[in-house]
Amino acid sequence: MRTGPEANELKDRYATDTLAEFFRRMTLVREFELRAIEERRGGLIPGFIHSCVGQEATAVGACMALEQDDVITSTHRGHGHLIGKGGDPKYMMAELAARTPGYCNGRGGSLHIADFSLGILGANGIVGGGIPMATGAALGFQMRKEKRVSLAFFGDGATNEGSFHEAANQAAVWKLPVIFFLENNLYGEGTALHRSTPIEELALRATSYGFPGVVVDGMDILAVFDAVREARERAIAGEGPTLIEAKTYRYRGHYEGDPQVYRTQEEVQSWQRKDAIVRFRAKLVESGLFDDGDLEEMEGSVIMQLNEAVSFAANAPKPQVEDALAGVYGDTHNGLVF
Amino acid sequence: MRKMTYSQAIREAMAEEMRSNPSVFLMGEDVGVFDGVWGVSNGMLKEFGEERIRDTAISELNIIGSGLGAALVGMRPIVEIMFGDFLMCAGDQLVNQTAKARFMSGGKANVPLTIRVTTGAPGSSGAQHSQSPESWFMNVPGLKIVCPATPADAKGLLKTAIRGEDPVLFFEPKMLYALSGPVPEDPDFMVPFGEAATVREGKDVTVVAIGIMVQKAIQAAKKLEGMGVDVEIIDPRTLVPLDKVSIIRSAAKTGRVVIVHEAHHRAGPGAEIAAMLAEEAIEYLDGPILRVGALNVPLPYSPELENYVLPDENDIIQAVLKLCGKA
Repeated sequence: MRTGPEANELKDRYATDTLAEFFRRMTLVREFELRAIEERRGGLIPGFIHSCVGQEATAVGACMALEQDDVITSTHRGHGHLIGKGGDPKYMMAELAARTPGYCNGRGGSLHIADFSLGILGANGIVGGGIPMATGAALGFQMRKEKRVSLAFFGDGATNEGSFHEAANQAAVWKLPVIFFLENNLYGEGTALHRSTPIEELALRATSYGFPGVVVDGMDILAVFDAVREARERAIAGEGPTLIEAKTYRYRGHYEGDPQVYRTQEEVQSWQRKDAIVRFRAKLVESGLFDDGDLEEMEGSVIMQLNEAVSFAANAPKPQVEDALAGVYGDTHNGLVF
Repeated sequence: MRKMTYSQAIREAMAEEMRSNPSVFLMGEDVGVFDGVWGVSNGMLKEFGEERIRDTAISELNIIGSGLGAALVGMRPIVEIMFGDFLMCAGDQLVNQTAKARFMSGGKANVPLTIRVTTGAPGSSGAQHSQSPESWFMNVPGLKIVCPATPADAKGLLKTAIRGEDPVLFFEPKMLYALSGPVPEDPDFMVPFGEAATVREGKDVTVVAIGIMVQKAIQAAKKLEGMGVDVEIIDPRTLVPLDKVSIIRSAAKTGRVVIVHEAHHRAGPGAEIAAMLAEEAIEYLDGPILRVGALNVPLPYSPELENYVLPDENDIIQAVLKLCGKA
């Protein structure tokens, strides 16, 4: 399993701005999730949410290794991916609160947030549903000879969906510039991995398609970042896909409200002791590039940003029923009857 | 006007669009080296090369799903599903992903994906290779469903599909590929969606015919003329959007409607059209709305059984005569 560099190596390998942004963005993901959970309980958010608390390093590390015009497809547990790729908490919170300024005009909700200007092709309510989509985007880039990649996020459960198999196979045959990023958090909904899957190291599955499978510590943002950078270079060079298996863990249930009868608190706590943000924070201080004050300032500004986002969402207008049929087709009906 | 087959008309539409727009490409099983199992993409690999004529693995789910992905980043994919029956291998990608991408994103996603599939029974091909699945997907908002019955309509409707911004399920009856007919030369000749064609004018009864049944309705109408019944044939050409106005106008004119399709009788496209007429045109009708479709049994391999189960010219004639009180 690949781990990230030590504190004394940071200065030479990463720009200070980038390191700061790693920290700020992971903190933003964490705080966004915690706030969304509160607002779900409080009633601002009408629908279910599937939080990614614990999985900040995979989301932010992978997305920040991509370029602006690369694209991602995400999952039902996608808030981290969306923020990682540059999603604005204001418009995300508004979407969760079903308001028109939300990313999807209140039509999609948590499961379907998309923004094409940010290269976010969409969160997805179907496990494995976005993997062929990412493969197709990569096909488009290849056909137009563009130096762009697509990255599909999915979990351990999704590797048992036919969509993963078909997309990985076709991407391998055509050497498409797609990165298959597997967040292995050891559970497919309420079923532990070992009960659904005959192998432990899912990166092995890449062997059957003839492309590399890489295992990384998903609780180490630098390990994730480095692996995706490498996979991106492979893809741009025309060498085809890579499967990156990041070992990670979600601290909360599959959905908010999940009684979690399928696992122990001891197991949860054992992963919390390896928390990605706590570890990275300590590494930044140890490197000498940041002090506590710098990091506290960033944490403070994240809280303020989230307060603004919630306030924005709570005061935003709701969709009108007159517009209930809008947005199904591109030609907005034109007198045609649907 | 020059004549060509339905198959050639489809090919001409694809090739012309591919020549004029580099974003258009064709992807599917055996569309390249094999020239298409039905021969529709004959010569296209040679003209356009491997980048743009893509032979895929046998992976319908990924064919549709990656077609969607390519469309979302600005390509205009034409994907081919060899037998309409195989659409079920791609159910989620078609129904949950492709059909809903625009709506779920708040109207922002463009999905210019054309999904060409074959429909209908070629004869003794068994239940998994003979279905007419058009109506299965009429219940899914977000798709457009097109069923051309002539070479000219095939070309014109396919161009509308390719140039449009929405996902289209384009049903090509296998048994119409050899049908010859006039096709306009204008490369911008397009048939709009939501406009039915009046194939034959008549005053006694309206036959709404879909896909391959248009030809059978034409033959039935000739025989019915000899029996003193004047049949009007309406071809909806697109099921979604549906040209309700033209169908209702014809029902108002004749007062009698028979809807004919090769799809199974129960919940076939005729069920939706009949319910629509009952809701919106009942005052014009002098009798019940009849539907002619395949019997509700998986299509048999045996030619005798299959011919019995599938609707033919005679079934149309019997239904019309029954409605006219002449049975």
